[in-house]
Amino acid sequence: MSASTPVVELKQITKRFPGIVANDSISLTLHKGEIHALLGENGAGKSTLMNILFGLYQPDEGSIEIGGKPVKIDNPNKAIKLGIGMVHQHFKLVQPFTVTENIILGMEPKKGVNIDYKSASAQVAKLSEQYGLRVNPDDKIQDISVGMQQRVEIMKTLFRGADILIFDEPTAVLTPQEIEELMAIMRRLVAEGKSIILITHKLKEIMEISDRVTIIRRGKVIDTVDTDKTNPNELAEKMVGRSVSFEIDKTEPNIGPAILQLNDVKMTSKDGVALLNGLNLEVKAGEIVGIAGVDGNGQTELIEAITGLRKIDSGSIKAGGKEIANLSARKIAESGVGHIPEDRHKHGLVLDFSVSENLVLKTYYQAPYSKGSFLNRNAIDEHAQELVGKYDVRTPGIETKVRSMSGGNQQKAIIAREIEMNPELLIAAQPTRGLDVGAIESVHRQLIEQRDMGKAVLLVSFELQEIMNVSDRIAVIFEGRIVGEVLPQNTNDQELGLMMAGCWDQGGQPVE
Amino acid sequence: MNKWRKIFLSDNIIVPLVAILLGLLVGAAVMLIGGYNPIDAYRFLIKRVVGTPYDFGETIRQITPLIFTGLSVAFAFRSGLFNIGADGQVLIGMTASTAVALSWSGLPSWLLVPLSVIAGGLAGGLWASIAGYLKAKRGINEVITTIMLNWTALYFSNYVIRHFYLLKGQNRSEDIGASATMTFLGSTFSNARVHWGTVIALLAAVFFFVYLWKTKQGYEMRAVGLNSKAAEYAGMNVGTNVVKAMFISGVFAGLAGTFEVIGVFHYQSVFAASPGYGFDGIAVALLGMNHPFGVVLSAILYGVLTYGSAGMSFGAGVPPELIKIVIGSIIFFIAAQGIVRFVLKPFYLKRKKEKVM
Repeated sequence: MSASTPVVELKQITKRFPGIVANDSISLTLHKGEIHALLGENGAGKSTLMNILFGLYQPDEGSIEIGGKPVKIDNPNKAIKLGIGMVHQHFKLVQPFTVTENIILGMEPKKGVNIDYKSASAQVAKLSEQYGLRVNPDDKIQDISVGMQQRVEIMKTLFRGADILIFDEPTAVLTPQEIEELMAIMRRLVAEGKSIILITHKLKEIMEISDRVTIIRRGKVIDTVDTDKTNPNELAEKMVGRSVSFEIDKTEPNIGPAILQLNDVKMTSKDGVALLNGLNLEVKAGEIVGIAGVDGNGQTELIEAITGLRKIDSGSIKAGGKEIANLSARKIAESGVGHIPEDRHKHGLVLDFSVSENLVLKTYYQAPYSKGSFLNRNAIDEHAQELVGKYDVRTPGIETKVRSMSGGNQQKAIIAREIEMNPELLIAAQPTRGLDVGAIESVHRQLIEQRDMGKAVLLVSFELQEIMNVSDRIAVIFEGRIVGEVLPQNTNDQELGLMMAGCWDQGGQPVE
Repeated sequence: MNKWRKIFLSDNIIVPLVAILLGLLVGAAVMLIGGYNPIDAYRFLIKRVVGTPYDFGETIRQITPLIFTGLSVAFAFRSGLFNIGADGQVLIGMTASTAVALSWSGLPSWLLVPLSVIAGGLAGGLWASIAGYLKAKRGINEVITTIMLNWTALYFSNYVIRHFYLLKGQNRSEDIGASATMTFLGSTFSNARVHWGTVIALLAAVFFFVYLWKTKQGYEMRAVGLNSKAAEYAGMNVGTNVVKAMFISGVFAGLAGTFEVIGVFHYQSVFAASPGYGFDGIAVALLGMNHPFGVVLSAILYGVLTYGSAGMSFGAGVPPELIKIVIGSIIFFIAAQGIVRFVLKPFYLKRKKEKVM
């Protein structure tokens, strides 16, 4: 530890919510120029702690010191004044506004009564250059990539004079390349004298970029360690409270007949852009096929086409030998296609429904959940009780609204629902996005279990590691086509990366 | 016991109650500023409502259409739709009932009354479905279409009455013989205009509750209302649900119109401007937290305040318009729940402390 005063010191912070102690006497110090990772499972209390530091919550006990002086942070404006900036996981940007407009929002430089866009724009450009952000101040948010939008969020904090930056799960939404770039930006920020608190549960990133790690479990600090004196296994163990294996145990696949067959599937957008461009794909019983690709190359459309959420223009989609192209979502689900959707809040769940109501979202109209026109509450509740136990969905009760559950448990509920329908084909889109190590492990285990039971599993993920670990076969998607297929044991990140970028001749075999 | 305690202490009950209290206080403050005695005013208001059997009956009459239109707006809202068009649906329901009742006036009343009721409900429902259909098929925002349909309904109704059913030399239809008046209660309420519509309105609230929370279709409708994307993903037909929800919402509103003609006035006026039942319905639904039983309670409050305001002006000299301030502020406090919670904060803290102990 250096002798200088820490820029932030949290002392014995305790925060209670009804029925739960979210933070139990947590202490944490952040030094100047340090990247301090905050590691913990979903619901461990990381976000609560940071919300306290950012003035959104008041601690019940404990104190905060900034630069050695005790402070009381009772609202975010005060936090900003003290030089604290937060880069939220879900961006808070106005889509039709330009980068500059978003950055100055709330503290616009004025010239008389007018907003001085010229000087604002210049200031933004200067910040962008200083930290190597390469953001064009005049682009509209809706036109730039997710990675760029995140940089705008970073610039917002810098523009407000932040010296202490809190990154909340910053890589959850990024592609591997964007993650690399973000790492570089973070290094640049600390080189310029900023200090960073990084909330994450991705061990790889912690090992790569942080100086120290504080591990929180169930609201308590388990340990604070120097990153170079630890390893991912030790961290995972501390976080989850038991040893975690990263190697996924799986036997050789026992491959059966083709379950899902896509042949020359085409889909165009309203303005005539080809979204799926003659896509061919086959998934057989007893195998997991991973779709690797950079976001926006047709993954979402592929899934929408298979599940009936969007019409295709031509081509054929067969499930279990039956043509299902352009059937209704319900017909397709009934013909044995399960779907763990990419965005669990938007598609997977009705957040203001209870757990039990969500668990019958696709089967509510069937016996025994309905009798005639009426719902059968008892059957629905029994079903929920059973699934909650079987899939370890942690919730205060089956009447709880899923909105108030953690992301991991929401995902568990979705997986429970889909697997219980016993589909022949299970589509899992980004199934572990935003989940912690323990939850990821369990999701992977479940996918493999399905495969071992002879089901076909289609896995779409932006996490290369996940694709590599879980899949039996990898299909790379680029500009709406499968441009190559490889076996995970015969490839590596570099080769896949090149294929994902459209240079597929470097690597795998073309499909046909 | 404990369950009831929990229900009454839940935010859904406490917040509206406190909002009502705050609204009455604001009204009182305005009265004080105006030099009136608020205690007297509220006393006369209550007296007007419960003072005589006739007034009590008339208050019930005042409440009835508010229940219907409140349910109409609330039902649409639960399905994710904002039905600003209850007003037009009331008029269409009214007109259909009048048309049936006057065109087949020879039929016996045990047949004519139900026919007229069915016509009113159906017409209101179909009218609302137009907006539902446009939303489902063309993606046009229902707020815009329902507002436009309000005007269409107003002029269309007036046209029908003027051209087919006008009482000579008057600006209203001929007298309607069919009647849903509860004649056997006539003497109890000194001939106040109590009618079967009130019973139907209460049944409608029960139907609302059962349909939305106990049936398959209601489950779908709530899913569509809360998250149409998830509903679509789960294989529900969002468009059909939108049309169906608007239809049911329109039926409620149409029945309000029906009973105003066959239960209360026994003729239909040519309206110079919209009678405003539907807009009151929005306020009632908001106040009732879009819950059917809440709507019944809030319709009672709204009806009592409106009907009682005459007494306020008669007894205490307070202009009856002042009650609009009270109603307005109650709705304001309901909408701006933050203020109510702020007022409640000290109590909540106390409760929390007790819990921790």
